[in-house]
Amino acid sequence: MIHLPIVPVIIPLLAAPLCIIFRSKQLAWSIALAATWTSFCVSILLAIHVVAVGPLSYNIGGWPAPWGITYYIDTLNAFVLLIVSGMSAVVLPYARKSVEMEIDSSTQPYFYSLLLICITGLLGITVTGDAFNMYVFLELSSLSSYALIGMGPRRRALTAAYQYLIMGTIGATFILIGIGLLYSLTGTLNIQDMAVQLRANDILGSGNRTLITAFAFLTVGLSLKLALFPLHLWLPNAYSYAPSVVTIFLAATATKVAIYMLLRFCFGVIGNGTIFQMTLGKIILIPALAAILVASIVAIFQYDIKRMLAYSSVAQIGYMILGISFATTTGLTAGILHMFNHALMKGLLFMVMGAVSYRVGSVYINDFRGLGRKMPWTMAAFVIGGLSLMGVPMTAGFISKWYLIKAALENGWWDVTILILLGSLLAVVYIWRVVETAYFNPSHENEEDIGEAPLSLLIPMWTLVIANIYFGIDTSIPLNLAQQAATLLMEGI
Amino acid sequence: MTWVGHYNYWGAIFLMMSGFYVVISRGNLIKKLIGLNIFSTSVFLLYISMGKIKGATAPILTEAARLSPTPQLYSNPLPHVLILTAIVVGVATTAVGLALTVRINERYGTIEEDEIRAKDDSL
Amino acid sequence: METTIDIVLLTFLCITAMAIIHIRKLFCAIMLLGIFSLLSACLFVTMDAVDVAFTEAAVGTGISTILLLGAMGQTNAHEKRPPYQPILALLVVLVTGSILIYGTMDLPAFGTPDAAIHLHVAPRYIQQSPIEVGPPNMVTSVLASYRGYDTLGETAVIFTAGIALVALLSAPYKKNELAVKNEQGSLSTIQPATLHDHLILRIIGKMFIPFILLFALYVQFHGDYGPGGGFQAGVIFASGIILYSLIFGLDTAMRVISPTALRLLGAAGLILYIGVGILCILNGGNFLDYNTLASRPVDGQHLGIFLIELGVGTTVFAIMVTMFYAFSFRGRHST
Repeated sequence: MIHLPIVPVIIPLLAAPLCIIFRSKQLAWSIALAATWTSFCVSILLAIHVVAVGPLSYNIGGWPAPWGITYYIDTLNAFVLLIVSGMSAVVLPYARKSVEMEIDSSTQPYFYSLLLICITGLLGITVTGDAFNMYVFLELSSLSSYALIGMGPRRRALTAAYQYLIMGTIGATFILIGIGLLYSLTGTLNIQDMAVQLRANDILGSGNRTLITAFAFLTVGLSLKLALFPLHLWLPNAYSYAPSVVTIFLAATATKVAIYMLLRFCFGVIGNGTIFQMTLGKIILIPALAAILVASIVAIFQYDIKRMLAYSSVAQIGYMILGISFATTTGLTAGILHMFNHALMKGLLFMVMGAVSYRVGSVYINDFRGLGRKMPWTMAAFVIGGLSLMGVPMTAGFISKWYLIKAALENGWWDVTILILLGSLLAVVYIWRVVETAYFNPSHENEEDIGEAPLSLLIPMWTLVIANIYFGIDTSIPLNLAQQAATLLMEGI
Repeated sequence: MTWVGHYNYWGAIFLMMSGFYVVISRGNLIKKLIGLNIFSTSVFLLYISMGKIKGATAPILTEAARLSPTPQLYSNPLPHVLILTAIVVGVATTAVGLALTVRINERYGTIEEDEIRAKDDSL
Repeated sequence: METTIDIVLLTFLCITAMAIIHIRKLFCAIMLLGIFSLLSACLFVTMDAVDVAFTEAAVGTGISTILLLGAMGQTNAHEKRPPYQPILALLVVLVTGSILIYGTMDLPAFGTPDAAIHLHVAPRYIQQSPIEVGPPNMVTSVLASYRGYDTLGETAVIFTAGIALVALLSAPYKKNELAVKNEQGSLSTIQPATLHDHLILRIIGKMFIPFILLFALYVQFHGDYGPGGGFQAGVIFASGIILYSLIFGLDTAMRVISPTALRLLGAAGLILYIGVGILCILNGGNFLDYNTLASRPVDGQHLGIFLIELGVGTTVFAIMVTMFYAFSFRGRHST
């Protein structure tokens, strides 16, 4: 039981080289499936433990913090851990058929190995309490995602991956500079200890220039990684051209983990209530609002629906950052809750894209003509995912929008509230385009043989449909976790 | 006169920025990766500069130091460890970037960013 | 004296960086990058970071250069002039640089012994590590034991890069019909067996390879006492094989060590590292707590560090050669 914190990270890491050794695509998939489900089960146990008993810490190598690397899990980590491991557990059953079609069969073991490493990296960032260890695992997840995106079927996948590699590495180097400056100020790499040292040496109040620069670099670097407008340029290409499974997984998890890092540094290191933090909140408010409006409008004009959803992701990231920028308990709750809900709905919508491209071959708006009749289950899932994205009551998306508006009203920011509603309205427009084409436009005559997606794609998809509806009606589990996490952050842990 | 003591940091910053400039201003995919290498190597210089103590030696315990009565001054070993890891990350990123470049060249016949963009738009 | 060397090296570095910005021949830029790495390795030595210097020299000057040349050989050796003046880029760089300089204002001066960075965590590494962990080289202690988990991450990163390269470069060779290869200026550096015709190179190479391999083994097992360790050893061992393959051709080298064997070795090294960690859990300690591996904690540390360094060395060696194979094998198609 005491070793539980390390298990979710080590299992996929161990599974990755095993996939290479066995070199059979069937076996590689089975190993990956087993590893992700083990991680997910352990993450559930961890979350239950953390909620019931309190934060867990685990000294790797037996060395106490700050000398060794310590895993530290509180409600916030546990929640993000659940999102990442849960999404990977849902994606893997979906992967077999989809990967079979999109990836050359001799490279499939490598694909699963890289996917497992990407999962390891994201989980590793989530549970670690050490700033530099975070950087190492960030690079682990980024490096594998560059390769995974580059394995997409079209040639633009290669340029998209290259562009992401350049922007991602600039971001990571900025983060490295930020961590280095923090380290030089505090003499420690442990995040909690950094906070203690900053207070002990009375660096916080004095407007220390190194501290300000460190946070400037961390914020810019992380904004690149989490695709905050206008540093989002890599995201639409990466999501549009990556293999379907990779898009589903990355859209549901990668940006959330970067947002988690931002939360950890901004609230975990400098603590709440300082003037500095208020300023930081104001600074990220503007790009967040711009993201919601601009990206939603751009999404309306996309013909490639995968690309449209990618722009919608940029907008949704804006909502999460908006929640964080309020720097109030309600705002943080909304931001954290939206991380979870967005993983559910974007995971679902990209799964629909994967299924359509499995049957039709591409996902341009014209390909959707008549699909409402030919792929009824898939398109029904799209409609529900779309409703959740708009924030219609009885879906998961409603809850986070509700809290976001509540937080804006608590601050008395009427203008922001109106912008949030306007963003939802824009989502209605771009989702409706697809729904209209699928249900009310006649199909092409030569494509009559298109049938419903296979069951192994439909089951994970409908699992997420049920999750979207369930967590829209009974919100107690994610809401409690998000509220606890927000309270913790506001207390400055 | 305290700011004179920062020359090493500033040298590293100048180098970082020249690398960063190559990455964002050049269109050649290999040249960008060269710039990325300069950028990250200079960040390593910044880290190692922070760990240096004037008059100290490399953090390796020698027999002579063990026996001598006065304690020996060592530079901080922790930045060294961090940078060892970061160097590995750097070469790994370069390798993946180059693999993508080679594949891009096969599919597009060029590694200049504007020519690639032109070919994508023409289709 | 130290300061003078420092300033001279920094000046050289700045000149090299300027030259790299200016020059448009990629071959020259890559060579200058090698010089840049070598100069920074010298600077690392003056700043007491001997392990870092060793690695930078082996990786920056050795492996990176080879990989860059390999990629350049398959693409284009000349950079085209950008059609516009990059004023925006200059502006971004100036702003970023100014912010960074602003940020260093509150840093303690270079080389001060009582800076915060030296007072909190580091003293324990310096004073206790020879007793708690054992190796006289404190960098090895911190790398392999205190922060052994980072090193596991690092090994995984290298493994990932190798897998990524194989996955990307083993894709079916599809050349775009539109892509007209620029014959002029296409210069294949890693052309199998071209060096075979040079008698002197062949003889010298033959003489050197055993020593390179021997030196790699020395670096592997002597890392506790001096600079070195699994990572540097792996790179040097790999460079021995790469030299062999440059002189005697890719096919001969692939008969000596096949790509499949390398992939297995790469995976095995990573599994060995994780295995040591799991063994520690089975022995009743935390993950990677080497104290539990033997009855005396220091012996356990010694054994643990030996095993994980072996894992790192194996993976790094295997992956470096895999990367080289992947590039040169791909290169055959394009020429």
